[in-house]
Amino acid sequence: MVCGMNGVTLIGNLEESARKAVQWLVNKTPIRGIRDWGIAFSLWPVHFTTACCGAEFAATSAPRFDVERMGFLPFVAPRQTNLMLIEGTLTRKMAKAAVWVYEQMPDPKFVVAMGACAIDGGIFWNSYNIVRPKDILPVEIYIPGCPPRPEAVARAIIMLQKRIRRGEAVGLKF
Amino acid sequence: MSEERTIELLIGPQHPSSGHMRLYAEVDGDIVVRLRPNIGYVHRTVEKLAETKKYIQIIPLVERPSLADTANHNLGYVLALEKLLGIEAPPRAQYLRTILAEMNRIHSHFYGLGIHGIMLGSSTIFMWGFADREIMIEMAQRLTGARLTYSYIIPGGVRRDLPQGFEDEMEKALRYIERRLKDYGKLFLRNPVTRARLEGVGVLKKEDAIKLGIVGPNLRASGVPYDVRKVQPYCAYPELEFDVAVREEGDSMARVLVRVEEIRQSMRIIRQVLKQIPDGPILSENYLKMIPPKWKEFVEKKGRIKFPAIMANLRPPKGEAFSRVEAARGELVYYIVSDGSVTPYRLRMVTPSFRNVVLFEHLIQGCRVADIPAIYGSLDYFPPEADR
Amino acid sequence: MGLSSENKIEDIAKKIAQSLQGLPIEISTKDEIITVNVKHENLVEVAKKLRGVGFDHVKSVTATDFPEQKELEVIYHVSSFGDLDLAKVIVALKTRLSSDDPRISSLIEIWPSSKYSEREQHEMLGIVFEGHPELERLLLPEDYEGPPPLRKEFKVKTEGIQG
Repeated sequence: MVCGMNGVTLIGNLEESARKAVQWLVNKTPIRGIRDWGIAFSLWPVHFTTACCGAEFAATSAPRFDVERMGFLPFVAPRQTNLMLIEGTLTRKMAKAAVWVYEQMPDPKFVVAMGACAIDGGIFWNSYNIVRPKDILPVEIYIPGCPPRPEAVARAIIMLQKRIRRGEAVGLKF
Repeated sequence: MSEERTIELLIGPQHPSSGHMRLYAEVDGDIVVRLRPNIGYVHRTVEKLAETKKYIQIIPLVERPSLADTANHNLGYVLALEKLLGIEAPPRAQYLRTILAEMNRIHSHFYGLGIHGIMLGSSTIFMWGFADREIMIEMAQRLTGARLTYSYIIPGGVRRDLPQGFEDEMEKALRYIERRLKDYGKLFLRNPVTRARLEGVGVLKKEDAIKLGIVGPNLRASGVPYDVRKVQPYCAYPELEFDVAVREEGDSMARVLVRVEEIRQSMRIIRQVLKQIPDGPILSENYLKMIPPKWKEFVEKKGRIKFPAIMANLRPPKGEAFSRVEAARGELVYYIVSDGSVTPYRLRMVTPSFRNVVLFEHLIQGCRVADIPAIYGSLDYFPPEADR
Repeated sequence: MGLSSENKIEDIAKKIAQSLQGLPIEISTKDEIITVNVKHENLVEVAKKLRGVGFDHVKSVTATDFPEQKELEVIYHVSSFGDLDLAKVIVALKTRLSSDDPRISSLIEIWPSSKYSEREQHEMLGIVFEGHPELERLLLPEDYEGPPPLRKEFKVKTEGIQG
């Protein structure tokens, strides 16, 4: 591809080089640091309630525990969010919806699995209608408990922020 | 109306309100012509799993479907089990069960109020509802040791006695909630915006409510004074004074107001329970005598039950038992069939939300799309409870 | 509670027996539950009579599988909202049908409140309720295959050593 501008002529695949240049620039330490800092403090989970842990999830964002102070704001549309909290059991019917919602979310995106059911079924381990989230989604952090206390959810968010800032989170490698 | 005029609108399962269900709405312009709920997104097969678990292990299992209302679900199951076993809890335990059930009713109604608030776009009420709910959760935590999943009520009694200073703390909490309810009246219940959204919306007529078998506050808001606590009193309810909150209007506003009135009645019950509670053991004599003497001393001193070994292998005689309790969302029915083994042969659990599902297709028909969240919220529908 | 309520239950049981006179049924009373055993051919008739007495809604439709007898038991727990005296009792309308091809006429015409419960029992135990307008999947996923899950032949994993 040839492109002329102000007497300068550029030859080659411009789009490709531009993308590479941006990638290089973004991965440079100062910009990357700023980017990860920005992501870490704007974790917006999609409002996707899969099971009963949603009651504790709601309590987490309510006044007593108030995780909004950590930049954690439940949001409605999947296209404007970057965090997916699997709140408890994922049934087979819901698992399909979970994958659809996850695919709609823009990168970088993270998945946190909440509750014993999301780890390995919990009390419903031998049910015929459940799916383990690890089989269908790249889970970053598991929160044990049945249901986990809101403090545990808040702690998971802090852990995720740390992982993002250290550049270790799976969701960053897109 | 021709077929082409209507559009099918899919709402959920990922949607802004509390919901793990899908609504198929057929809309003509702004009017919902037909609405079909598609439930089952949280169907975790509790009834089947109960057949593989021992009787005592089912207590946590039946709590999970309704995390906002665990005490009543626990209570209903234990009442059915006690009927099978032929034992009865001592009076003090009955009062302790009642107090936990009522505390649970209060925080469950606040939960419903908060969720309804956010469905109407009023974030303040979500924040208030969830903040005031924490008061009762904290008190329940002092009594049982858990935030939501109490597993407090066991066959023949309860797990713990009242902690020290519980009465005073409770009085403080109740006074706080009373004060807050006045604020709710000012900000939410008498707010012109709320009234415009809720009054006259989603009217459920008395005949229809009876015909469709609706339960709980949704039924009482339509003028049917059916409350299991009055009709067939269990636990300490026969000795307590309270009114059944009934309204005649049957619209969304009436359903909200019935819940708020029930919070008041529950507070009245808690006050009476704390005043009247008799002294005595908290576990039935049948089980108390099986505890080794050293543990028995511990139980009497600390007021905490360590599970007697017999409970691990409860074997009720052959037969069947039926129980009903008034859970926060309505009448909860358990039906257990025992074949004499350590696991139930069949456990049937009909939750209030499951019986209220039919309201979605009945009430929302003919409403505007914007009314869907207003009506949905007023039903206080909890999907995991319906799907089990 | 006490004597008076027991009397009341007896009265109601008598009333039910009277209205069901001539039909091949068995009535027994235990606590507040009045059990009416009925052949499935007579189910609709009995249900209509009970509706006439004033039992206006279905609390639950429960089906249980008994593989040894090759039978399914269907129970309609019926009570009343309109008459609070009748609400004190629960009528368990019991019937048995063969588990190979379980067919029973739906009671949705008499008690519309049985709609979702019947649908659930249809998918959980494979009972066909004839005359039910939408006998579709309710709780299970659309692509579910296999026997109805609440039948005893459907096994789930259990803890411990399997015998």
